[in-house]
Amino acid sequence: MTEQEALFTYLLRLGDDLLILSHRLGEWCGHGPVLEEDIALANRALDHIGEARNIYDHAVKVEGKGRTEDDLAYLRNERQFVNTLLAERPNGDYAHTIVRSFLFDAYHLPLAEALTKSSDEQIAAIAAKAVKEAQYHLKHSSDWLIRFGDGTEESHRRAQQALDEHWTYTGDLFVQDEVHQAMVKASIAPDLNTIKASFDATVDRVMAEATLKRPADGYMMSGGRQGKHSEHLGFLLAEMQYLQRAYPGAQW
Amino acid sequence: MLTQDHILALLQNVKDPEVPVISVLELGVVRHVYVEPDGKAVVTITPTYTGCPAMDVMAADIKKELLDHGVPAVEVKQSLAPAWTTDWITEPGKAKLRAYGIAPPEKTGDIRALKGELPVVPCPQCGSTNTVMLSVFGSTACKALWKCNDCLEPFDQFKCL
Repeated sequence: MTEQEALFTYLLRLGDDLLILSHRLGEWCGHGPVLEEDIALANRALDHIGEARNIYDHAVKVEGKGRTEDDLAYLRNERQFVNTLLAERPNGDYAHTIVRSFLFDAYHLPLAEALTKSSDEQIAAIAAKAVKEAQYHLKHSSDWLIRFGDGTEESHRRAQQALDEHWTYTGDLFVQDEVHQAMVKASIAPDLNTIKASFDATVDRVMAEATLKRPADGYMMSGGRQGKHSEHLGFLLAEMQYLQRAYPGAQW
Repeated sequence: MLTQDHILALLQNVKDPEVPVISVLELGVVRHVYVEPDGKAVVTITPTYTGCPAMDVMAADIKKELLDHGVPAVEVKQSLAPAWTTDWITEPGKAKLRAYGIAPPEKTGDIRALKGELPVVPCPQCGSTNTVMLSVFGSTACKALWKCNDCLEPFDQFKCL
């Protein structure tokens, strides 16, 4: 594996997390529990997809094979997506959706902060933009999680259940394989142990305020970074890619 | 041949498609304007929010405005660094936002503003400071939704970024 190949794979990981999560958030459009939240999730989805587009645009230039950002989004199969398993988790109820975003935001904000110092100038520029947006994302998901946890008996129960179910998928965020190590060595990406420390601090702080119990670190699901996904991703892609698959090259 | 000043004057006519009272110059998204020896204008813009759908429209509107006014060729480039900040919205731009019913952003120097914890956002309708935030995300990615407890009108606030 050359450094260029590792960089391409790393960019796909960054972009795929955002694209897949943004699609999940987009599924709420028109179905939000209240109008303000319907709008909030659509706006968050836009932020994620905007960052994903910038990353894919950089990735295809690194790859240098003439592909476009759309090719990466619409013409790859499940096994070629390297997003974290957390991003593809189904929406479930609103507690599940909020917890999924909260766990991702608690990882994404410190990651974006660290990437502003990346030796890859384009990654650093994209990250500098993302940091500002990620602060609002974390505030949004934290506020709701605290409201659920410190709310009624029912909202507390559901938030705790969502947390317990999603927790097993957080380990996948911090896997440091050969690709990641190559990126750390090139000062392109941060050591994920430092991101994990920040993630832990955020989770502990919000859990305390939300009166929720942080699940124990037990067995963790992994494989997303290697293209091994849950059954949910295929259904998601079938919907997201339908148009380009049915009408190849369609433009509007 | 049109000079840089001519181009800038024309860009004042290009409005934000989402907030049609403020120009792309007042919004601070135009970072650089350059006229090449052959008359081609190169305009560099920076996105407000990475996923903002208005950016593509702004780029198209800039091209159209300049081509319609005799610029022989136009290229609109996008640059990400340095990242756009609401501090780049000009003072006249902020006054126009307020008159349009959108509370303008505070300076980012106030770190509470960045976290959406600013205690006082005056109502752009009646000026009351007895206001409350309803949602950190409003009608577009760049705005938060607020309500005035005195005149009871909801209003958008341009979020500090």
